[in-house]
Amino acid sequence: MDFLNALVVLSNFVLIPAVAYGSQLALGALGVTLIYGILRFSNFAHGDTMAFGTMIVVLVTYLFQSWGISLGPLPTALLALPFGILGCMLLVLFTDRAVYRFYRQQKAKPVVLVIVSMGVMFIMNGLVRFIIGPNDQRFADGERFIISVREFKQLTGLSEGLAIRTTQGITVVTALVVVTLLFWFLNRTRTGKSMRAYSDNEDLALLSGINPERVVLYTWLIVAALATVAGTLYGLDKTFKPFTYFQLLLPIFAAAIVGGLGNPLGAIAGGFVIAFSEVTITYAWKKVLKYLLPENLEPSSLMQLISTDYKFAVSFAILVIVLLFKPTGLFKGKSV
Amino acid sequence: MKKFLMASAATALMAGGAMADDHSVKLGIMLGFTGPIESLTPAMAAGAELAMTEVSESGKLLGGKKVMPVRADSTCVDSGAAAAAAERLVTSDGVKGIMGADCSGVTGAVLSNVALPNGVVMISPSATSPALSSAEDDGLFFRTAPSDERQGQVLAEVLKERGIEEVAVTYTNNDYGKGLSDSFAKYFVANGGTITSTTAHEDGKADYSAEVGALAAAGGDALVVAGYVDQGGPGVIRAALDTGAFDTFVLPDGMIGAGLEEKFGSEIDGSIGTTPGSDAADSTMVKDKVAATGEDVTGPYIGESYDAAALILLAMQAAGSVEPGEYKSKIEMVANAPGEKIGAGELAKGLEILAAGGDIDYVGATAVELIGPGEAAGGYREIELKGGKIETVKFR
Repeated sequence: MDFLNALVVLSNFVLIPAVAYGSQLALGALGVTLIYGILRFSNFAHGDTMAFGTMIVVLVTYLFQSWGISLGPLPTALLALPFGILGCMLLVLFTDRAVYRFYRQQKAKPVVLVIVSMGVMFIMNGLVRFIIGPNDQRFADGERFIISVREFKQLTGLSEGLAIRTTQGITVVTALVVVTLLFWFLNRTRTGKSMRAYSDNEDLALLSGINPERVVLYTWLIVAALATVAGTLYGLDKTFKPFTYFQLLLPIFAAAIVGGLGNPLGAIAGGFVIAFSEVTITYAWKKVLKYLLPENLEPSSLMQLISTDYKFAVSFAILVIVLLFKPTGLFKGKSV
Repeated sequence: MKKFLMASAATALMAGGAMADDHSVKLGIMLGFTGPIESLTPAMAAGAELAMTEVSESGKLLGGKKVMPVRADSTCVDSGAAAAAAERLVTSDGVKGIMGADCSGVTGAVLSNVALPNGVVMISPSATSPALSSAEDDGLFFRTAPSDERQGQVLAEVLKERGIEEVAVTYTNNDYGKGLSDSFAKYFVANGGTITSTTAHEDGKADYSAEVGALAAAGGDALVVAGYVDQGGPGVIRAALDTGAFDTFVLPDGMIGAGLEEKFGSEIDGSIGTTPGSDAADSTMVKDKVAATGEDVTGPYIGESYDAAALILLAMQAAGSVEPGEYKSKIEMVANAPGEKIGAGELAKGLEILAAGGDIDYVGATAVELIGPGEAAGGYREIELKGGKIETVKFR
């Protein structure tokens, strides 16, 4: 019984939030890693691309709500998601035509493109604030919980409770679906294979007749879809505020680099590594240990490794360690 | 510098039409018209100006003197700019007292750099930092808002009476949150309570599950959230409710607002809190008149601003002089008992009694009572959430 209680506490405060957060990071990192692998630069505008896509989802959700359209127990935002993806695709295609293509034709160095992407980031940042404002937007509706703490306690008779929010469930399921689709696309379809070829060796890919502009186009379309899905899931699970998407850039890049830039599998692993370390290292283990240890060994302190104030420092520390000892990341991406 | 120039230009324009002479007296209104609380300050300034107009129109201040307000920008955060603006108020505009400043940091800077060397009286309507209680002031500095030290004490008493003995504390990571959490901890522990954990939270984050996880591990009967209702506070409460970590919350003034009812409804029923307020005074008259000028009166400290300006003017009348050195000692006399009680809107009556040599006990819009080092004793309203509504339990 004690063991079960310990497990429930751990799941409630560590495992479930970390899995949901990890899925959101993984989807974000996949976008970053695809751009790095195929277009060969770090896209700093990714956080704000997510914000833009999510903003359209939020606005369409509000529209649907005013029309009385809903998905019953599921959030209306899922219905609005395709519109957000379309809007985001238009935006990234426009920026590619207006900005990135010019530098691509100049054969600009990656570092120039990185700086250019920062400029794009500030413009998108302003655009989103201009349209929807800098404040919090709550757009989640439908059932809040798959199982709430009270229901769980009644169901199991345990003294500790467990809550799974609907948004957490949706996050994990959606992430699984999206990742499966992506890998199927990259490994099985002709376009996907040409994208991988282009990423592995640009010259050989061009020689074998792959149209580079087509590859770039598909990359942006996929990235826009990934960014909007990741942003919407994060916004549903937490809340939508433009500034927090800008801040998400750090853990997303940490995830992509830890996994190995340019390697999609690495991006997913990296997302979960970052999420789990952020949550577990700052967690106070007192309650879990209280159930596991014999009574006389019960800890009197909180058993917290470092204070939650240093949450973001954890991603930084992992980033530095990985770059020092394994610059290509855990899954052999490109070296940074 | 740019802000300072703009503020100077603005105030020069305003003051331009009214040259000082024997028939008028100038008072400075020093608030953060730009900066983080710029949405609150116009109504506060209007509150102070209301008191001044009332006195001018009564024609009873020292044989019919008119009161001229002079506005200056404290910026709320830039001590250098605030001190420069205050210096100009005193030396160039020749104000005889300052209603301000607003935020605790700049108030301390203006007090030590300008008010003290020049011997000018300052009454702040909104600086609540406990650190100002011990600042050196030569009897020149007062405030009509209570120190957060006092709120911490009241909150600790409320919990003791309700039999809540173990709490976890989270505060917003700034001077307000830290000061309030420290003073609460001091009194709560002195009353025999236990604080299981104290964790800061940053405003403006999307996710507080890590903070709530740490607080939940420490446990406790309730969670004290010393934050802002429009910032991180509700995020912390939401995360605590969702994970079932806490269902009772203790909420100081920054968390009491319409947003609380909107966001949580009846989910946090049974939670308790404190917010400045008193049943001995009524600030509706001040708020109504300020609202008539077109300002937004949902913010705090409007009554306090009215009272601060009124106190300066009443003290001048009592001393028979507009010189700060002479009237500063009269401020506590007019604010406290004994004497005839004077409410908001009755300034003419107060001036008359003082002119006849009587004594008054100024109550004003916020039941002003000065204690110790010249600060408001602080009336608090104890509230409880019942059926999704904030209800007043009693006044303290």
